[in-house]
Amino acid sequence: MVAQYITEIESGVADASRLTAKGVSVGYGARTVIDDLDVAIPPGVITTIIGPNGCGKSTLLRTLSRLLKPTKGSVVLDGDDIAKLRTKDVAKKLGLLPQAPVAPEGLTVSDLVARGRHPHQSWLRQWSSDDAAVVERALAMTGVADLADRPVDSLSGGQRQRVWISMTLAQGTDLLLLDEPTTYLDLAHAVDVLDLVDDLHESGCAVVMVLHDLNLATRYSDNLIVMREGAILAQGHPRDVMTAELLEEAFGLRAKVIDDPVGDRPLIVPIGRTHVSLD
Amino acid sequence: MRRVRKRMNGTGRGAHMRGSGTEVKATVAPGVRLGGVSFVWRPWVALVTLVLAAGAFLLFCLSISIGDFPIGLSQVIATLFGRGEQVDEFVIMDLRMPRALAGLVVGIALGVSGALTQSIARNPLASPDILGITQGASAVAVFLITVSGGAAAAVVSSVGLSAAALAGGLGTGLLVYFLAWRRGIDGFRLILIGISASAMMEAITTWLLVKADIKDVARAQVWLVGSLDNRSWDEVWIALWGTLGLLVVVACVAFQFKPLHFGDDVAAGLGVRFGVVRAVLLLCAVLLAAVAVSAAGPVPFVALVAPQVAMRLARCPTPPLVASGMVGALLLIGSDLIARTALPITVPVGVVTAVIGGPFLVYLLVRANLK
Repeated sequence: MVAQYITEIESGVADASRLTAKGVSVGYGARTVIDDLDVAIPPGVITTIIGPNGCGKSTLLRTLSRLLKPTKGSVVLDGDDIAKLRTKDVAKKLGLLPQAPVAPEGLTVSDLVARGRHPHQSWLRQWSSDDAAVVERALAMTGVADLADRPVDSLSGGQRQRVWISMTLAQGTDLLLLDEPTTYLDLAHAVDVLDLVDDLHESGCAVVMVLHDLNLATRYSDNLIVMREGAILAQGHPRDVMTAELLEEAFGLRAKVIDDPVGDRPLIVPIGRTHVSLD
Repeated sequence: MRRVRKRMNGTGRGAHMRGSGTEVKATVAPGVRLGGVSFVWRPWVALVTLVLAAGAFLLFCLSISIGDFPIGLSQVIATLFGRGEQVDEFVIMDLRMPRALAGLVVGIALGVSGALTQSIARNPLASPDILGITQGASAVAVFLITVSGGAAAAVVSSVGLSAAALAGGLGTGLLVYFLAWRRGIDGFRLILIGISASAMMEAITTWLLVKADIKDVARAQVWLVGSLDNRSWDEVWIALWGTLGLLVVVACVAFQFKPLHFGDDVAAGLGVRFGVVRAVLLLCAVLLAAVAVSAAGPVPFVALVAPQVAMRLARCPTPPLVASGMVGALLLIGSDLIARTALPITVPVGVVTAVIGGPFLVYLLVRANLK
């Protein structure tokens, strides 16, 4: 499977990609989390990084978004080494939503979303009519326009996550990196937020995200990156990638992969130990 | 095979958002353009800041007007604009102006310094008097007063004392910053290390006082309460230019600072070099506090209270820098007026700010615990 993935890169998939990692090694202090990894993010689709806890999912996403600096190798955005670009110029091309962000108490939704315009502003030009128009559009697109005057901390978890995605959207980029956008959300809210992510994808954004829930990842993404111990185990369309063998290999999880009764994607049924009526 | 629709339109909670006719128009803060400059227009914040500034100026004039030789407010204002009488001019410019100006400058410096540290640490408890900056400045100043002895103390002018306090505050501030640094700055760690640093500095101060000659101890004690008495023009000039210079730096960097309220990762995502911006602003905050202490001694609580009061008045989620400076000036000059006039005996300004600030600190702690 790894071999198949490498030939994909060589056969030119990487050329169309706007964001690639070439031979990156990343770590915290002396500990190396990712060693010599190559990946190309395909344009215009939802890519989801999955893998067991501590496998380096978030580390990879943070590296792709220049939050972590690789010790070896480079991340390339539109042909330029991301480490050599001005961070403000990167922010005009790539929007990032970190894990569980916190807004100051009492900050209103519209003020938070307005902050997304920061990369386009300067000391002299702190707010223009363009900014207002983009922010209004971002609020409307994420369905939080009617909450614009409410303090962010008064909202429910799902609404709050919509507001943060709205801020990232106000950055005006068509490349969005979301680090676990459904953390702390119940299933209904998680589905709601992922529907929003799909809307963004429909409107032309490429999205890269980290998710924990394998079934949601399978349902909502067009491209899965499966990681284990800092390396990529498999990459491709969920229908091609998501198999019982892969789940055993990546997660050590015994599971059955069946046809989704409501969709055309695979559905993972974990087996576990109790209340199971298998042979 | 079953046909699966790619998208289910018109169902689910998200259905309202693709503009199906009932789109809600969001209210985004309006902008203002002045030539090539544009900024967000927040009328309430502007109004509060203006009223605070007018209040600070009024108290400044009152502080000059009130004294053993009372001068009418109109004469004070006339003299300030260079159209006063000879006698008034002597009393105002030579005797009372240094004290009032010191109050204004020190108040602004403390207010802005507190607003910066509280924003950087994202914690209302983080003020220069809790982060050890004030105590560091005090320890070095007391060292100079007591160890240099009576004779040398005369040589070491008040300007020398100011410089020593400045160095002490800066040194302690940098020490706390580097001790709290662990792949970034965490607000809570900064406060914990600041509290231990201030305890250590206080211990050094106490030890110096125990060892010292009784005459020096008296002088040190007066300095330690924080006072605007007997300010000379020399001291005031240092504080004035130092504060002005630092405020210019703060104003230049302040725009880059706004996203930092959302934490490092979000700020980095928005293209802010948060490490540099934060280091510059924290250095400015430390220097502002040190300048203030060097001019007036360790006046307690102003830097803690002013940004919190300004936040509540201006209804901002984060401490507003200009309004914090104005509240700082109001608090300091106001406290000095109370200290001079309302009480049966004249007490140093630090006593009054402590009486006001202590309960406010308790209020902040209780409120934090309730959450």
